[in-house]
Amino acid sequence: MTEFTPWMSLAGGVLIGLAATILMAFNGRIAGMTGIMSGVIPPLSADWAWRAAFLAGAVIAPMIYVALGGVVPFSAPISTMAMIVGGLIVGVGVSYGSGCTSGHGVCGIARFSPRSIVATIVFMLAAFATVFVIRHVIGG
Amino acid sequence: MNRNTSALVAGLVFGIGIAISGMANPAKVLNFFDIAGTFDPSLIFVMGGALVTAAIGYRIVFGARTKPVFEAKFNVPTSRTIDARLVGGSALFGLGWGIAGFCPGGAIPALGLGYADTFIFMGAMIGGMLIARFLNQLERRRTAAPA
Repeated sequence: MTEFTPWMSLAGGVLIGLAATILMAFNGRIAGMTGIMSGVIPPLSADWAWRAAFLAGAVIAPMIYVALGGVVPFSAPISTMAMIVGGLIVGVGVSYGSGCTSGHGVCGIARFSPRSIVATIVFMLAAFATVFVIRHVIGG
Repeated sequence: MNRNTSALVAGLVFGIGIAISGMANPAKVLNFFDIAGTFDPSLIFVMGGALVTAAIGYRIVFGARTKPVFEAKFNVPTSRTIDARLVGGSALFGLGWGIAGFCPGGAIPALGLGYADTFIFMGAMIGGMLIARFLNQLERRRTAAPA
């Protein structure tokens, strides 16, 4: 079980939306992790520097939060093999789908992009179905 | 202040948001998807909060400015094509997300928490992105080759 955290989750969501707004206002870019990351995987894109800066900020922020006494619950209730298989599939999927939760689910839908609306519905349904099969069909 | 500073600030805000929201915690993400079991609806609040804030934020930005502060123009995707690549790729992403409990935006800030699982996931995910890139090159070469 994990604790239901509506207020912290809502606050976190608002910050994610704020980050997307800042990146659009100053850099004119979508805050999508797939797209931002793809430019720093060799061969580097010409505009790799702002991408690296965004990624560095995203990694450092939780470190600062924890150093200041914040608590970030973490638990990965799956095997290492499942982590590897899941990671590989996510990597291929977000590349072909041109985006993930941040790019399609937040930034894309916020712009009312039909592609992003379709992508988000598909990956959410696929994830619900996958967890159902793993936990209640295979594991049940 | 330049384009890298603003990107760093946006990244910091994003990272804090992911950390406190619970998206950096695979157990919480998997419970969100487990409607028939240990359902934790928190992530609806993450998505809702992020979406409404970004929609309002974008409206203000696009209404107030004709170009971003540090660039010559807004660089947003313009494609409206819904094809098998988009749907198939997204379905695969959902499958992997349901297996691992991590999406790219959740995993990158989670690196800062220092757990080995996150590094394993990220290594595999980058491997998957490289595989997709390689397959794309093969496909381009095949379609570009003379008949």
